Amino acid sequence: MIELKVNGAEQSFNGVPEMPLLWYLRDILGLTGSKFGCGVGLCGACTVHVNGEATRSCVTLMRDTSGKEVTTIEGLGKNGLHPVQKAWMQVNVPQCGYCQVGQIMQAAALLNGKKKLTDHDIDDAMSGNICRCGTYQRIRAAIKAAAETTA
Amino acid sequence: MNTIANVSRRRFIAGGVIATGALVLGVHYYPRLSASDQLPHDTNADHARLHPSVYLGINPDGTVWIVAHRSEMGTTSRTTLPLVVADELDADWKRVKIEQAIGDQRYGDQNTDGSHSIRSYYDAMREAGATARFMLIQAAAKEWGVPAAECETDLHVVVHRSTNRKVAYGELARAAAKLPVPKREDLKLKAKGSWRYIGKGEVSYDLAALVTGKAVYGMDARADGMVYASVERPPVLGGKVKSYDHKAALQVAGVRQIIPVDPFQGAPGFQPLGGIAVIADNTWAAFQGRKKLNISWDHGANESYNSEPYKNQLRETSHNPCKVVRNVGDADAVFAKGGKIHEADYYVPLLAHAAMEPLVALAECKDGKATLWAPTQNPQAAQDMVSKELGIPKQDVICNVTLLGGGFGRKSKPDYVAEAAVLSKKTGRPVKVVWTREDDIKFDYYNAVASMYLKAAVGPNGKPTAWLQRSVFPPIPSIFDVNAVYGDPGHLQQGWTDIPYDLPHLRVENGPAKAHVRIGWLRSVANIYHAFAVQCFTDELAHAAGRDPVDYLLDLIGNPRTIDFTGVQYPNYGASMNAYPWDTGRLRHVTEMVAEKSGWGKRKHGKGTGIGIAAHRSFLTYVATVVEVEVNDQGEVRIPRVDTVLDAGLVVNPEATRAQFEGAAVFGASVVRSGEITATKGAINQSNFQDYPVARMNEAPQQTNVHIVESDAPPAGVGEPGVPPFIAAFCNAIFAATGKRVRDLPISKLGLS
Repeated sequence: MIELKVNGAEQSFNGVPEMPLLWYLRDILGLTGSKFGCGVGLCGACTVHVNGEATRSCVTLMRDTSGKEVTTIEGLGKNGLHPVQKAWMQVNVPQCGYCQVGQIMQAAALLNGKKKLTDHDIDDAMSGNICRCGTYQRIRAAIKAAAETTA
Repeated sequence: MNTIANVSRRRFIAGGVIATGALVLGVHYYPRLSASDQLPHDTNADHARLHPSVYLGINPDGTVWIVAHRSEMGTTSRTTLPLVVADELDADWKRVKIEQAIGDQRYGDQNTDGSHSIRSYYDAMREAGATARFMLIQAAAKEWGVPAAECETDLHVVVHRSTNRKVAYGELARAAAKLPVPKREDLKLKAKGSWRYIGKGEVSYDLAALVTGKAVYGMDARADGMVYASVERPPVLGGKVKSYDHKAALQVAGVRQIIPVDPFQGAPGFQPLGGIAVIADNTWAAFQGRKKLNISWDHGANESYNSEPYKNQLRETSHNPCKVVRNVGDADAVFAKGGKIHEADYYVPLLAHAAMEPLVALAECKDGKATLWAPTQNPQAAQDMVSKELGIPKQDVICNVTLLGGGFGRKSKPDYVAEAAVLSKKTGRPVKVVWTREDDIKFDYYNAVASMYLKAAVGPNGKPTAWLQRSVFPPIPSIFDVNAVYGDPGHLQQGWTDIPYDLPHLRVENGPAKAHVRIGWLRSVANIYHAFAVQCFTDELAHAAGRDPVDYLLDLIGNPRTIDFTGVQYPNYGASMNAYPWDTGRLRHVTEMVAEKSGWGKRKHGKGTGIGIAAHRSFLTYVATVVEVEVNDQGEVRIPRVDTVLDAGLVVNPEATRAQFEGAAVFGASVVRSGEITATKGAINQSNFQDYPVARMNEAPQQTNVHIVESDAPPAGVGEPGVPPFIAAFCNAIFAATGKRVRDLPISKLGLS
């Protein structure tokens, strides 16, 4: 039995411990905000927070989540929208939107505690997240906008 | 198209049965087919009190329902078309609710490809809105006992200025519904000056859902009792299962069943590829079970296909006379005179779509009927395919359209939807087929591999006196007819027969190529390889002549004129030549404008930096793009800046249009940097983002400036036209920066990354 917290709620899992966290979230808990994009940690669409760290849920096995706190997009905004989500709307980032949940989770972890971000910092942190529609320049602008509001 | 006639005809066909009461939406967001439903596909608009068009309904509480009948894959058409209805209705956008249509021919064409949603439906949307506004005005005039001509509309109300009266749309819905639907010729469309939304635009209706994870894509569709499937498909197109052992797969926890899927018959079309499906309790179990399958394949005739010799074969074909598809003067006579000749071969490999959402579909087959939930660009084709596969009538197939996690043309082909339907029929349960990224890349309908040969005789001023171009590529019609080897007019027009240069001697040719993989539409399609060849060859000639590339390009485009296509099969993207002539003046204008906006000739470019230009018309839109690159000693290429100017006629949603052109630059960057699919013994070599990389943030343009030409010309495409000129301009910039001429894509072959 694996005990973990997902978006603040206690959960227990008694399935195959090698199941990736992504499929537990999506197929078992029905939290479909986190997306399947590549299955091997190359695209970032499945990004969630595990103990506050941006983590690729498609390559994180359930056995490694024991005792951990998992936050998905469904639990990101504690009181309404998270500043990153607000910035995403303000800059009108999404096109198809499929990767954006992962982008937002990655950006929220990047911003956590940071006040000043250069283009280089942003590129470094965000280059693991693919957007095939090509919204990168808006993602960069939104992260800067969010940094200003949280600083 | 007459949308108003569509409504009445459909009602007639339905036997006048109009269900009453609110439509109860299916448990999981979308309607489902059940035996008791008379009209299971009705929309809220259909049930609204005032319902003068299939696209629109108004409730007594003032809610305006607008039906989005085209698919949303990120281009914002689901928002922009309803915005046109709302504008003509003078509706308050905040009181508009958009609902997604299922596949239904009463809406007309729903195949959301070819960058024509706005172009093809702008008039229909305006008429839908104007029809409702007309009826609301009539109802108010009747109530007030004043002539309708004295009444007008303001935001969501009808007003009578002289008596200072107004009445809300909702309050008029009942009375208006009793009035006859006006004839099209009686409608008065709003003047441009009073447009509320057209030309100003709006953000996506789904924006909040998109940033909170609440948006429902095909990957997120669910149905009660649903099981998951993953399919091991024949690695070579046309291959078949010889034998298989499923014992180990059935041992995997969560795996329920192993089911063979029949291979396709004849040409592949949109049929499932066949193979062995693993049915399981969750996606991961299905993936795991699949790894344990032991299958022996009969690969079939396409096992002979290898990319390298195939490339050589295309090139050889292009070096010999081919089929002439456009001719002006006598180019051969000029070449025969000798003098200065410039020749070049260009090559673009197969390209995969790799939308972020891998292919996926959910189907439930019950009682001889099927309900589908699919991220499809083409729900009517999905209905057709499922109807054929299951042998049931098309009207017994309901295709719900979810949001699409990208499409780029791949999701116009419903093979994956048919796969889900076949498996649901065999299991008796709702089945969600989930493609892995590897499946998505290995079983694509690829953008054609193409080889282009260009030859020009050059006069003393560096200008061509004769021009020959040949392209050779396996054509898209090969998916329907395996013997199709020549390009069809619809794809030869894409940057090839319509070369816009003012040349006294021009010959355009196309050579045969047999397909060994499925070929399909990918964002801007044949324009990708044709514009690359023509616009890079132009740049070569400019440099050879010692001329400035912008001046030279303008010189070749020549004076403003309408291109005469007499004797050429030129479909003009299905649009009339009267409404959408090929106007070289507009191409000149965007070229001049992008030179100015980019500071062409005014900015200094140091070692390892350079800029390139290209101009191209596709999907009836004129685009010119300037790309700036920096290349370091390690051959790493950065793209600090892109300027692009577009003339798409009237632009309804400028914000969404800018986003499309920003995205097109990134899409083009992927093609140039690393886009290459290859096959060995008929099987695709690439599998995931490690060997089919797409541009990441650090590889994408740092800043793309999009400039929209103000125009009252009829609206043209915006989703695709940004891609072709970006690709050529990027390659021309690399030459300017490094002296390396890019003739074979991707640039990784030149040691650049």
